Amino acid sequence: MSDITREDVAHLARLARLAVTDDELDVFSGQLDAILDTVGRVSEIDDDVPPTSHVAPITNVLRADEHIPSLDREAALAGAPAAEEGRFRVPRILGEEL
Amino acid sequence: MTSIVEAAPYTVEEVVERFDPVMGLEVHVELNTATKMFCGCRNEFGAEPNTNVCPVCLGLPGSLPRVNARAVESAVLIGLALNCSVRERSGFARKNYFYPDMPKNFQISQYEDPIVFDGYLDVPLDDGTTWRVDIERAHMEEDTGKSLHMGGATGRIHGADYSLLDYNRAGVPLIEIVTRPIEGAGVRAPEVARAYVSALRDVIKGLGVSDVRMDQGSMRCDANVSLKPKGTAEFGTRTETKNVNSLRSVERAVRYEMGRHAGVLLSGGTITQETRHFDEQSGTTSAGRPKETFADYRFFPEPDLVPIEPSDDWVEQLRAGLPERPWERRARIQTDWGLSDEELRDLVNADALDLVADTVDAGAPPESARSWWVAYLAQEANTSGVALTELAITPEQVARVITLVSEGTLTNKLARQVVDGVLAGEGSPDDVVAGRGLAVVSDDSALTAAVDEALAAQPDVVQKIRDGKTKAAGAIVGAVMKATRGQADAARVQSLVLERVAAGS
Amino acid sequence: MSSPDAELTRLDAAEIARRVQAREVSSVDVTRAHLARIDAVDGAEGGGLGAFLHVAAEQALATAAEIDAEIAAGTVRGPLAGVPVAIKDNMATRDMPTTCASRILEGWRPPYDATAVRRLREAGLVPLGKTNLDEFAMGGSNENSAYGIVRNPWDPSRVPGGSSGGSAAATAAGETPLAIGSDTGGSIRQPGAFTGTVGCKPTYGTVSRYGLVAFSSSLDQIGPFGRTVLDAAMLHEVIGGHDPCDQTSIDAPLPPVVEAALAGARGDLTGVRVGVVTELSGEGYQTGVLSAFTDAVRVLTDLGAEVVEVSCPSFTSAMPAYYIIAPSEASSNLARFDAMRYGLRVGDDGSHSTDEVMSLTREAGFGPEVKRRIMIGTHALSAGSYDALYGKALKARTLVVRDFAAAFEQCDVLVSPTVPTTAFPIGDRVDDPVAMYLADLCTIPANLAGTAGLSVPCGRAPEDGMPVGLQVMTPALADDRAYRVAAAYETARDSAAGAPFASTIPDPADLDGRAPLRSVSTLQGAS
Repeated sequence: MSDITREDVAHLARLARLAVTDDELDVFSGQLDAILDTVGRVSEIDDDVPPTSHVAPITNVLRADEHIPSLDREAALAGAPAAEEGRFRVPRILGEEL
Repeated sequence: MTSIVEAAPYTVEEVVERFDPVMGLEVHVELNTATKMFCGCRNEFGAEPNTNVCPVCLGLPGSLPRVNARAVESAVLIGLALNCSVRERSGFARKNYFYPDMPKNFQISQYEDPIVFDGYLDVPLDDGTTWRVDIERAHMEEDTGKSLHMGGATGRIHGADYSLLDYNRAGVPLIEIVTRPIEGAGVRAPEVARAYVSALRDVIKGLGVSDVRMDQGSMRCDANVSLKPKGTAEFGTRTETKNVNSLRSVERAVRYEMGRHAGVLLSGGTITQETRHFDEQSGTTSAGRPKETFADYRFFPEPDLVPIEPSDDWVEQLRAGLPERPWERRARIQTDWGLSDEELRDLVNADALDLVADTVDAGAPPESARSWWVAYLAQEANTSGVALTELAITPEQVARVITLVSEGTLTNKLARQVVDGVLAGEGSPDDVVAGRGLAVVSDDSALTAAVDEALAAQPDVVQKIRDGKTKAAGAIVGAVMKATRGQADAARVQSLVLERVAAGS
Repeated sequence: MSSPDAELTRLDAAEIARRVQAREVSSVDVTRAHLARIDAVDGAEGGGLGAFLHVAAEQALATAAEIDAEIAAGTVRGPLAGVPVAIKDNMATRDMPTTCASRILEGWRPPYDATAVRRLREAGLVPLGKTNLDEFAMGGSNENSAYGIVRNPWDPSRVPGGSSGGSAAATAAGETPLAIGSDTGGSIRQPGAFTGTVGCKPTYGTVSRYGLVAFSSSLDQIGPFGRTVLDAAMLHEVIGGHDPCDQTSIDAPLPPVVEAALAGARGDLTGVRVGVVTELSGEGYQTGVLSAFTDAVRVLTDLGAEVVEVSCPSFTSAMPAYYIIAPSEASSNLARFDAMRYGLRVGDDGSHSTDEVMSLTREAGFGPEVKRRIMIGTHALSAGSYDALYGKALKARTLVVRDFAAAFEQCDVLVSPTVPTTAFPIGDRVDDPVAMYLADLCTIPANLAGTAGLSVPCGRAPEDGMPVGLQVMTPALADDRAYRVAAAYETARDSAAGAPFASTIPDPADLDGRAPLRSVSTLQGAS
């Protein structure tokens, strides 16, 4: 049985960069709990079974180290919420990623 | 953020009386592939912002990564050069964290199954001994973009009003090389750290897979340091000092952290596991901004890429093509050329070893090759304020000049003029010889005529020579050299003079 | 539907292609007829189906004119040249917005075409526009779209299924003869079943995902919708095949699906071994679904197939495994929507940091189902639960792969109902995510194993009159078998009924007064 609390949801929301509201904490904690109860059934599976992360039976797919034309800078920046001096403008960054 | 500069209260010598230092070094190397790790955009330093970007490296919705074959080859080469095993089946993984310089908010890296693992590097130390550093793994990943912090007082991240992002570097291939804990180095720990990074740089440079320029960020080092009280088995809490940007800084950062840790521990404090930043100016480190929670990167297998299974044949082919390790090469060269330790050191310090070796490979005797580079050319470089390697003359050209001298086409004096001509952009040595008309006059009939002319002009000298005063021939030789504007071989002229006088009697 | 133009929207794609290429009708006329049809039945404001998020009328007519000119000059780009097609709005299109039915991508115009889209253009199909979906393809009812629900042409008070609900409804309602969708856990087959259309999830790696906005990369696959098996097969061959831009793409010839559909239509299944999956029926399955399925299996027997019962015990773990793997990959895939380089940005007023703007934007830009799945995935990948959830789900995936392998030793194809129920009423399951997830029960195994699955209509459930789908599953790279079996079934079905099944789809334009449509339109914001 899972037991997802409001605090757990708040933690997950922080990790996932979601500024959830108080109401959402209530709704989501109940829903995530129900979902995790259902999906948690996989824990019964034998540990000896090997994992499968890729189903296509292919390996060693590589690209030759050859130039492919890049986007025009205008096209690259066209969708940007803000741009300046050929760069994407973003709000202040609080700290370096550690 | 406060910027309290903490003094390191203990010297390394004092630290090792009470503690054993333990280090772990993580080095990121940017590969010099033509294109990025997962797309065909150019991998180049210093391009106009956001001109080397595409849907893949901008992380646009729907785009998919495509692994660069040469990056995989470079990773395997680095692994082999570090005596690593190559994994039979290796895969990519996503490292998830949000940061604006990372377009997908995950980095494609490798996690449980790095391409190469379990190796070592025997690192030469200053006293001529070596120190074996065990390599845990080396794996492939992608670099981030670069941010420019605008507004505020300093132009730095703290206090900036906003930032501007350039994703040209996003997706540039990186190899991260991780050591196992380096223990037992004691007082030499800072030196071992520097020597390791230096040796690693030389090895990778020798492979030709990266520029390994620490000043340009194509080689970056993170140094983990912890102290273990003497007689205990358990490691102390470590700190990670990020982006140490020169060999000297590696040594200083380790030394500073050792002293700082000892200071904290001996005053009853505890070390916080954290990331620290090295300040080149003060030689100290300061704490980074602590994260609100412990890092949970939620690694999982990259579903957009398939596993890599290097074939044994291919790996053996790469292994067979590995160049000599730089210090092994130096030892061999010293023996082959019969150099003293001092002569070798001078060559290395002058950054002339490769140039001389290439000149020798192009056919010149080691002695002449060395003499040209460390004497005349080093002086030229010094005068014009450029590095020896940047002089506008190639080892092949120097070798050609040496050959011309040994063939007698040039005198040493003329040879210097030829080299000057090459440096001045007048073309190859042969072009300069032809263009400036510098070849020694070796045509005997022309020379004989000049000698005869000089002899006829100075009958008294001829008489002296006939009387056995051969030294008097110098006057004739001088006259001939003057007449040929120095382009004759003086020794040849001397013998011709004696020949003609004898013949004339 | 009495005008000659309207009649064109009743034709299947193969027939349209034949007429256009024989110059009996122009592609422009065909395109105009479908645009008129969209106009008549789709407008969400008037209580229409809401299948399209963007209609590119001018571009479509220009493309059609270009194709007509080529045909006049003797060039036919491909078997479907001149035929209109609709594109699910989670595929990148250079000349149309790509929103994934999310606020966070409102108005975004990609600087490139998805490979599947490029192939449509190169084959001379005429893109009509972009179709509605559950936001980022997360859902099974199309109620999770930020731009409004889609209604089921069979009964406008019911959902069309999802996530490719727009593509399915548009195809069923004659707004387009063909559409492409994407299927991560059943998102083509389930709406196919709900709307009485043919939908196929090809073998993983046989249709390029380049340009498909990723939901769950190891499960997503683009596939075709049509009103007949042959139409779906023809579209399948246009979009399929190796693509170096997708390194999970298999470098092998596409299974010959058109040939198989044509062969199947001759109605002989002698020697074909059909396995009925024990675990995909019984309790929780709607009575009318089970009876339609049983009837369909009987038809297969009549066509000469050898029908056996096959057990795939691990299929019961497929749903839980899927709802761990898909959200886990989604939590990572959707991290890029962060307000920095494209899309919505909220809270950039100088007082907020990047971190805060990211969080505010994602909070405002994602709907509740997307947030739920991002949080489930974030949880499942976290250090503390990785082994118990994500790790175990990958093991469950192995068991599903093994069950398929064992089953395909006993038979050539597996069959099941496509969905345990028929299309449910709009609003019925919006507050119960787990109930919603059950709609994918029968379709998920093929996604986990990377095998192929196709849904073909097999009648209607007597209790609600809604269509039922027969799912045909095949081993990887044997998609052609599904087309053969489905085409044979389709021929028998239509000859027994005396009319093509598609002709029985009610016309939403004929519904009186649209009153029932308007009364449920207030539910749009419910999810």
